[in-house]
Amino acid sequence: MRLIGGVAVAAACILAGAAFAEVAPQDVKIVDGALEMALTDKAGDPVAGRDTFAGRKKGNCLACHMVTSLLDEEQFHGEVGPPLDGVGDVYSAAELRARIVNPKTDLPDTIMPSFYHLGGNRVAEQFAGKTILTAQEVEDVVAYLLTLKE
Amino acid sequence: MKRLTTIIAAIAMLSGATYAVAELADNYTSYKPTDKANPLDEVISGYEFRIKSTQETQDDDFENPAMLTLDVGLEEWETAAGSEGKSCADCHGDDPMESMKGVGSTYPKFTEEGDHRAFRNIENQINFCRTERMGADALKYDKPEMLGLTIAVRHADRGEPMNVAVDGDAAPFFEQGKDMYYTRYGQLGLSCAHCHEENYGNYIRADHLSQGQTNGFPLYRMKWQGVGSTHRRFSGCMKNIRAVPFSKGEDEFLALELYTSWRGNGLPVETPAVRN
Ligand code: HEC
Ligand code: HEC
Repeated sequence: MRLIGGVAVAAACILAGAAFAEVAPQDVKIVDGALEMALTDKAGDPVAGRDTFAGRKKGNCLACHMVTSLLDEEQFHGEVGPPLDGVGDVYSAAELRARIVNPKTDLPDTIMPSFYHLGGNRVAEQFAGKTILTAQEVEDVVAYLLTLKE
Repeated sequence: MKRLTTIIAAIAMLSGATYAVAELADNYTSYKPTDKANPLDEVISGYEFRIKSTQETQDDDFENPAMLTLDVGLEEWETAAGSEGKSCADCHGDDPMESMKGVGSTYPKFTEEGDHRAFRNIENQINFCRTERMGADALKYDKPEMLGLTIAVRHADRGEPMNVAVDGDAAPFFEQGKDMYYTRYGQLGLSCAHCHEENYGNYIRADHLSQGQTNGFPLYRMKWQGVGSTHRRFSGCMKNIRAVPFSKGEDEFLALELYTSWRGNGLPVETPAVRN
């Protein structure tokens, strides 16, 4: 009994914690191409981020971008966007976060989707009111991109 | 022919790409757009973006699976239907390859005077003949009989340049289609132009992006394991960007069909083409 109670309390804390710590898409503020505040208070996990990055039903970033270090593991890298080799040297976490959350803030005509942003035209029902990636998935992808150093 | 690859390479460099961009085959065929207002410098069929084996399947009528659908259409052509007991052949002659010359390359367009005047693609014109002249039921979009008849009409113009008119009464449809072409749709928020104007020649994961031309439709597509219409393809592209597609055969897709066909004016009709 005590054990179950303890687990329940712990679970409630995690749930409450997640609910409290997440920045909602409409509250995101990108300033000068950067989003300083992390979207969650759980540090991004680069390993999970790598899978979100490559997963076709997740970020599917490889649809448009090439990453040399993934060439052996993942087939078919896209050519629509620039290769992301070395982005971890070039950009800060805040800049990468902004780029993923809503690249249209700086590049209004870009083809790159806004991964943590609501709205859109004729959005399919199953995706309506949802962001492409969750707040934690964005943090994980940022953590992964920061590992891409030349 | 080299020019396009150079342009693509230049764009790739601007966007920071430092690795080799896959090039189109050296010998691909392009055409000058017939209208100066066309935003494309060269118009290129989707055929040119497919691998050789896919092209060869299209080139050989005995290998091309869509030819079976053409046969379905030729049979339907001669089959009487509806309260008037008439077939297409009763009004248009036994051989659609003769009587339908100069027809398929000009749709969508306005047809019929009086009360029945409307903007139609080939499918809608076929259904108009069926319901108004034959007293028969409309055929369903993307069913074999409809695909077969549409292929028959278009196939009569195989090799002829696409030639849709966008002036006069068609102008509002043209404007609507153009608007749609540049509108972002779906959760991914992409427009047709993002993929088919700005990125043709580039790979989007495993897919080699073409200009999204319509000159091969209806066509056999390996992924479908079957034949499909222009509107089915539009619908698929919209679903891929997580959007609610417009309805097949309705005004929005007719407008988009007119606009995309105009972007390909000058390209030879390939119906029925083969794609992957
Ligand atoms: C549909 C295409 C597309 C997809 C999908 C896409 N991007 Fe991009 N991305 C681009 C383009 C194009 C650019 C270059 C900016 C521009 O021209 O709009 C870019 C730029 C970037 C940059 C800046 C690179 C530089 O060198 O300046 C980063 C970082 C980036 N993308 C990360 C991602 C991540 C992470 C994902 C997935 C979560 C992703 N992208 C998904 C098209 C895409
Ligand atoms: C995310 C990218 C993307 C967007 C946005 C997109 N398409 Fe496509 N489209 C594709 C891909 C990939 C194919 C298959 C390869 C090819 O032919 O380009 C394709 C194929 C086509 C084809 C078939 C071309 C052929 O020769 O077989 C047509 C027509 C077409 N698209 C029209 C459209 C229209 C109209 C829109 C806007 C409603 C649109 N597409 C939006 C990616 C896209």
